[in-house]
Amino acid sequence: MDEADIPADVRLELYERQHVLRQFEKRAYDLFMQNLVKGTSHLSLGMEAISAGFGQAMQPDDYVFATYRGHAHTLSKGAPLGPVMAELLGRENGILQGKGGSMHLTSVEHNMMGSYAIIGAHLCIANGTAWSAQIRGTDQVTVAFFGDGATNIGAFHEALNFAVIWNLPIVFVCENNLYMEYTPSDLITAVDHPAADRASAYGLERIVVDGNDADAVYLAAQDALSKARRGAGPSLVEAVTYRHGGHSRADPGKYRPAEEVEAWLDHDPIPIYHQRLLRLGVSEGDLATIQQSVAGRVDEATEFAKAGGAPAPESAMTDLWANGGSAWRN
Amino acid sequence: MAELSYREAVARGIAQEMRRDPMLVMLGEDIAGAGGVFKTTVGLLDEFGPSRIRDTPISEQAILGAAMGAAMTGIPVIAEIMFSDFIAVCFDILANEMAKSRYMTGGQMTVPVVVRTHNGGGSRFGAQHSQSVENWCMMIPGLKVVAPSNPGDVVGLLAAAIRDPDPVVFFEHKSLLATKAEVPDGEIIDTLGTAKVLREGTDCTIAALALMVPRAMEAAERLAAEGISAEVIDLRSLVPLDTQTILGSVEKTGRLYTVEENPRLCGWGAEIASLVGEEAFWNLDGPVIRISTPHIPLPSAENLEDLTIPSVDRIYETIKRTMD
Repeated sequence: MDEADIPADVRLELYERQHVLRQFEKRAYDLFMQNLVKGTSHLSLGMEAISAGFGQAMQPDDYVFATYRGHAHTLSKGAPLGPVMAELLGRENGILQGKGGSMHLTSVEHNMMGSYAIIGAHLCIANGTAWSAQIRGTDQVTVAFFGDGATNIGAFHEALNFAVIWNLPIVFVCENNLYMEYTPSDLITAVDHPAADRASAYGLERIVVDGNDADAVYLAAQDALSKARRGAGPSLVEAVTYRHGGHSRADPGKYRPAEEVEAWLDHDPIPIYHQRLLRLGVSEGDLATIQQSVAGRVDEATEFAKAGGAPAPESAMTDLWANGGSAWRN
Repeated sequence: MAELSYREAVARGIAQEMRRDPMLVMLGEDIAGAGGVFKTTVGLLDEFGPSRIRDTPISEQAILGAAMGAAMTGIPVIAEIMFSDFIAVCFDILANEMAKSRYMTGGQMTVPVVVRTHNGGGSRFGAQHSQSVENWCMMIPGLKVVAPSNPGDVVGLLAAAIRDPDPVVFFEHKSLLATKAEVPDGEIIDTLGTAKVLREGTDCTIAALALMVPRAMEAAERLAAEGISAEVIDLRSLVPLDTQTILGSVEKTGRLYTVEENPRLCGWGAEIASLVGEEAFWNLDGPVIRISTPHIPLPSAENLEDLTIPSVDRIYETIKRTMD
């Protein structure tokens, strides 16, 4: 991938994006350990190249849909770090004012149309924003991220068929991290590549990409996005990756063989990218500057979040209906 | 003023709103070329074309999902779920996604979707094509629930549902589709959350919905011949619920009967009984009595289905017996 036709400034941005996601989620993990983040959370440490690559290739007005493991996609679409961190802490200055939490991150302002905690449901909803772009005659593309586990849900198959027959401008991106929650995908899935091997059932090309290589993801994203943008219909991209931790906060991930974890840690997307940039002539000093600048932003976000108060009790009763209230009887 | 059937009223209401709002679109199974399996969308494809009246695969999750996604970006959408029983197939999108997205996102999302569906029994279709499932939707915070009983209300309430920014589930009753009434010409726009007193009375109140409304009216006529003066309320909408009309009527009559087609357990009549118990207990001269379908799936055979769904006879006899 060193030789890929990717401008140097884009590569530096890809490097920075991956660092933002990595450092933000490491901080989120630290805040769990301090019991400042309640409930559950699903980190995508080790999977940053996918969000970064697609985030880099997308236009600002493209739409994104994510799963409950959606911190990275939300940040990569431009949502501000402070309010996202505050949401994880359940604060009133959170991006959803404390009503959504980790699994429902959304920023309509950034066309980040939500994180969905019911596996697969959002793939059908994502078709709707793609249909909307078609109706309004814009060139916006919708990108719907999902895990390998979603490929065995009926909604995955309904969404793909629907997108193809309506020729929708949408890219379905499977982040195949090899485990469907606690269970290896290959034990409970009929095919080796749970997304790509099913593409032909919907008349789509079989696309598998190294999900730990930001350049490879970026190039695949460019292809799929431009295909959708020129009206040539949907794509299904399977990016193979690995989560460094368990499924969720409650899961240490001990069911995974040590040698497997070790092999994937050696294939960590960030050191890979770091080494590539060094080979391409970027200095250690420049990369260190980027890392430090990101660290400063994550510190600021953390302080912003900690400074937020608990949501006002009366806010529990707002925003059910469009009139801002929650009364169901008149 | 022209005589219109309930099914023609559905198409008229949709057409009225599509002429008014060029962004409004509709999708569903067999709704375009076929005009709907219940012929409730006849003529819409011809007038509005295949980009606005779109046939879908038999994929209920995909239908409601696409409707929600488009609505999130400001496109008002009507989605048809052919039989209301099939709402169960896409209940996740309806209950977990569409209904909750505004709240969960701190007010960022608005989902102006109307889910139209054909509800209710009387067609001998058996337990998976005959249910009354408005309760399924009523219990979900974030969904509005409307069920008209006559053609005029169909047009006006459908228009109100389409113009409402919240997700609305609009139940059209299968056994009312062929019924006819005079409907005023021109644009009709009604108000959600308003019940109608269809018949004034002094001895008891009957609160009914959809197909149960004409049956309650007929029972009330027979009760009048026996000297019992029943007031009949067409609820029209369960969420929002017109509590003032119900409470005002009970204050006047002192007795309340609910007539529900849905199975008894957790039916909407229980909610209304609870409302009246909490807020009008001292106005009651007797217990609130619920006339409902038993807590069973619907049978298919003619005589069995007729036994289960409240009939004019059962409404009349229950009220007469308990008013004595």
